[in-house]
Amino acid sequence: MIETPDLSWAALAPMLFVFVAASVGVLVEAFAPRDARHPAQVGLALAGTVGAFVATLFLAGTPDEVTAVGALAVDGPALFLQAMIAGFGALSVLLFAERSLDPARSAFVVSAAVPAGSPRDRELTTVPRVQTEVYPLALFAIGGMMLFVAANDLLVMFVALEVLSLPLYLLSGMARRRRLLSQEAAVKYFLLGAFASAFFLYGLALVYGATGSVRLSVVREAVTADGGGVLLVLGLGLLIVGLLFKASVAPFHSWTPDVYQGAPTPVTAFMAACTKVAAFGAILRLLYVAFGAAEWTWRPLIYAAAIASMVVGAVLGLTQTDLKRMLAYSSVAHAGFLLTGVIGLGAGGEGSGLSATMFYLLTYGLTTLGAFAVLTLVRDGDGEASHLSQWAGLAARSPLTAAVMTLFMLALAGIPLTAGFTGKFAVFRAAIEEGAWPLVLVALLASAVAAFFYLRVIVLMYFSEPVAGGPTVGVPGLPTTLVLAVTATATLALGILPGAVLDLAEQAAIFVG
Amino acid sequence: MTLSYYLVLAAMLFTIGAVGVLVRRNAIVVFMCIELMLNAVNLTLITFARSTGTVDGQIIALFVMVVAAAEVVVGLAIIMSIYRTRRSASVDDANLLKY
Repeated sequence: MIETPDLSWAALAPMLFVFVAASVGVLVEAFAPRDARHPAQVGLALAGTVGAFVATLFLAGTPDEVTAVGALAVDGPALFLQAMIAGFGALSVLLFAERSLDPARSAFVVSAAVPAGSPRDRELTTVPRVQTEVYPLALFAIGGMMLFVAANDLLVMFVALEVLSLPLYLLSGMARRRRLLSQEAAVKYFLLGAFASAFFLYGLALVYGATGSVRLSVVREAVTADGGGVLLVLGLGLLIVGLLFKASVAPFHSWTPDVYQGAPTPVTAFMAACTKVAAFGAILRLLYVAFGAAEWTWRPLIYAAAIASMVVGAVLGLTQTDLKRMLAYSSVAHAGFLLTGVIGLGAGGEGSGLSATMFYLLTYGLTTLGAFAVLTLVRDGDGEASHLSQWAGLAARSPLTAAVMTLFMLALAGIPLTAGFTGKFAVFRAAIEEGAWPLVLVALLASAVAAFFYLRVIVLMYFSEPVAGGPTVGVPGLPTTLVLAVTATATLALGILPGAVLDLAEQAAIFVG
Repeated sequence: MTLSYYLVLAAMLFTIGAVGVLVRRNAIVVFMCIELMLNAVNLTLITFARSTGTVDGQIIALFVMVVAAAEVVVGLAIIMSIYRTRRSASVDDANLLKY
């Protein structure tokens, strides 16, 4: 007699919304007539993500719960991060749905199976047909990310990691223009991603060998009991490698610039905001719930990775001439700042490291989504004009676009009165409280270096002569306008009045074992 | 105990796979090396299931096989699409994105 597992449907509601919408999306793709697909898919994707967001708000006050026979922990951090992923997911879906910028009506290739550059492909680039498979794919990725941050079991964590990664590999290969770059990005992302998940899996196997279970609470008991044998330490190291890869932390960042540059810009925005949240959610849970007692094993590792990431991101960001690539290195540097917050996790749960990291994820996600949204507006005949030189004198052409981009660049640089400053302040304070002032010193220096390349964009837009035959600034339709309005307002609001959201993050910052 | 032989074998297979990923040039071969790594993990899991006396490891190995199959579908689709355009599956030829 098999007993049915005990599932708390209410606690799973946010994930159910997304997964149901994704499955219905697959059916729509199969059965709906072509003309009806685009509105139906966009509606479904928005219903799924916004529904999930609202569901997390309803769950926010309820007591923490470990459900699905202990495999999922629906607690404060999980809900906070799920709300973020669903919210950023909804904004990204809006970017996907933009139809008025590209003359061919979409950023995605009509038929990904047609070889790039073939006569059939050239014929299809001008057809105003849009491809709608990207919406179910994005929904599956969002669902996987939401599962990832709630996983209380290494096996669930691994399955969620794959559920979020596989659609992303495909999505990054689907750009409408510059298809070779896009396909190349997909191959690189896929091969390196699969390589990293093999390491994660080997780590899982070693931890299982050492403890006889993959449940995080059982692992914690084993770690507390023997302080970490060779198998446990090796396993922990391999698990961390797999997760740091997803979070694009140096030295595991080599895929980031290539994939960010090659992928369609809405997908890059989605990856930059949502994947980062999901990966850091899993890192925090793994280190804190399962390996909290072995902190002197992982602390030096994370410390070194944080320094490497900040230095590599800031220094290599300086040399970039492509805006998407520059924002990719900026994402590597920000991963380093986020790890500063992870170091701020106090032993036994004190300290503000967890809430600071979650708040930083929120501010970084909003600004980076906004910056990539601005990038989709500036175009030339061959799609987006992402080369820095093309942005010279943009303020003369479109003062509003330049002003919005300036806001996002200032926020990414961490200038006061923007969200970037409050986020940085929170993680640095958490790290100093833990006595990690040398790390904060490096972080401050790296911020100063990184500020140079953000400010260079602003100087270029305002104080350079516009080049002849430069790019045009497209007039965005409703979806992109909405994304820009939300991200810009939130970036300013979180910079001026961060109190309410910081309090919320602090209240949410308790893991259930 | 003889079970450790299996663990050593699995570690060797995993290492061969990892080195293969780093040195081989054909995307399909790189991908096969990754599969080798996953199967080394399966061997480790089964061995530990035996040594710890739990079935979790065997179940996890089944999960790994299913996930690996899904990964093959996605991966080969991506490699096919780039091969059709370039007539080459070498990862050295994919060199448009750099620095």
